[in-house]
Amino acid sequence: MMKQITKIPAAIDLEKGSNDFCPGCLHSASFKIVSQTLDEMGLFDKSAYVQGVGCCANALGYIRIDTIACPHGRGCAVAGAMKRCMPDTFIMTYQGDGDLAAIGMAETMHSANRGDNITVIFVNNGIYGMTGGQLAPTTLLGARTTTTPFGRNANEHGYPMHMCELINTLEAPSYIARVTCTDPANIRKAQKCVRDAFQHQLDGKGFSFVEFISNCPTNWGMTPLQSLDHIKNVVLNEYPLGVFRDK
Amino acid sequence: MEEKKFMKGCEAVAEAAVRAGCRFFAGYPITPQNAVPEYLARRLPQVNGVFMQGESEVASSNMVFGGAAAGKRSLLSSSSCGISLMSETVSWMALCRLPVVVCNFQRGGPGIGSIQPSQQDYNQATRALGNGGYRMIVLAPADIQEAVDMTYEAFDLADKYSEPTMVLLDGFTGSLMEPVTLPPMKSEEEVKAIEASKPWVPTGNKGTFHRVFFHKPAPIQNGEDAEMYEKWKETEVQYETDGLEDAKLVVTSYGVSARIAESAVEVLRAEGYKLGFIRAKRIYPFPEAAFEEINYDQVKGILDVEMSQPAQYAEDVKAAVRKRAPIETCLTSGGVIIDRDDIVAAIRDMYERKVGE
Ligand code: SF4
Repeated sequence: MMKQITKIPAAIDLEKGSNDFCPGCLHSASFKIVSQTLDEMGLFDKSAYVQGVGCCANALGYIRIDTIACPHGRGCAVAGAMKRCMPDTFIMTYQGDGDLAAIGMAETMHSANRGDNITVIFVNNGIYGMTGGQLAPTTLLGARTTTTPFGRNANEHGYPMHMCELINTLEAPSYIARVTCTDPANIRKAQKCVRDAFQHQLDGKGFSFVEFISNCPTNWGMTPLQSLDHIKNVVLNEYPLGVFRDK
Repeated sequence: MEEKKFMKGCEAVAEAAVRAGCRFFAGYPITPQNAVPEYLARRLPQVNGVFMQGESEVASSNMVFGGAAAGKRSLLSSSSCGISLMSETVSWMALCRLPVVVCNFQRGGPGIGSIQPSQQDYNQATRALGNGGYRMIVLAPADIQEAVDMTYEAFDLADKYSEPTMVLLDGFTGSLMEPVTLPPMKSEEEVKAIEASKPWVPTGNKGTFHRVFFHKPAPIQNGEDAEMYEKWKETEVQYETDGLEDAKLVVTSYGVSARIAESAVEVLRAEGYKLGFIRAKRIYPFPEAAFEEINYDQVKGILDVEMSQPAQYAEDVKAAVRKRAPIETCLTSGGVIIDRDDIVAAIRDMYERKVGE
């Protein structure tokens, strides 16, 4: 007898097509965790997904979740308003670092400060992936990007911005965590954090935020395995993992 | 039930929106329309509506995007430079075919300009807010009563076409107080029925992906939208004409300056001047048909009156008149309310030169 050992999450529709993430990109891991958690918590049937602009759009080829795609950076403003209009719907944004931390910094911080009862999934790979590898607010010092060809230097470009730590200065947010998907142990932790963040919204506690430290093998100029080592050995020194707040 | 009240323009427009079933508003302070958010902050909670103050026009307009996506009749209101900041969102709402009513209480420009009334956003309103060359039906009220009636109607138009719809006002109409008859309040059942008529609202597992993201593949959607805009030219044109039968000179205008121009026309008619009058009640689609009612064998000239330098409405008038009569302008810079005496003098001058004593 055949035994089913894995189940495709309801939010993902492989008959529709495939995703367009580059091989080895951790976006597919974080998106899968989010989709699985929607299923596990019985949320798929009452969820709306607010999608940012950037590589997260590479999921569009294979998802069948009710989706709003809004202007670049504005996910939290759209999602926060939707939640107030339809409080029984589970509302989540999924945004990259250019989207959430550069052009959308104001929307993100003010939504967090209002305590909008939404869940924000933030994928931080320290670079603009979709547009070909430019400087992001989260780019590490010294990192070469197409717009910092000699490396990011603090005098000229400032320092990497830390969204969990910034949001943690505000009173209203109820859940803040930083995770990664480099290995099974971290994936399990990430699954728990996403579940906890979703539960905060279900309990009406307000703004919940999970940052995924992610990779971009294509624009980092690394193989997928090298990029995982780079996260473990370098990126996590700048962006420590952990639960910053769990009210 | 209809109700007569003495009200400030901004508040009357906000109340008309609530009566039309508007249950979501987000805004950011900007003179001269602060009375809209201030009124709705008190009013919307009374009808289980949602009011939000955004951290910018950009954020506020995206909140309205969210409200509209959630199926609520939603209002966006600002003034000129604020509308520019909201333009990106309105362009996206045209992409997603989300219904919204956009009120612009125009002030002087370009840029921050001045806080005084103006009509300098004509091109912006009638061509496209933001990128992509989409169109909106643009209603142009001349007084508070019309502002109320048109705002009420704009919500029906927005839902009918599932498309952003604009009411182009000015700081004068927004700040004035006048007696106004308010339209009937839609019942909770009516509001619920309107919200239920939007099956694409993403409440989960409805496959609304295509409806609320890209409505359709762009080449198909753009072609269909262009056809819709063409049909509007037959079904959605609104204008008013007066005295064209024996007119020797025609005065044309829209919005608040039409109100002042009409009164200048009355002054001179009493003196025996043969004046026709054309007022565009909607400026998109432009009322070309009104200019076909002119007897060009008899009319010696057309005077365009508007509060914009350079003239903008006049360009559409030119295209409609097609050189069949000379067109002159009577303008003030945006930010300066046009004076009836100046319009009287301009009409007198043109009449004497073109028609004779
Ligand atoms: S460009 Fe980078 S972030 Fe985007 S899909 Fe490819 S690897 Fe992933």
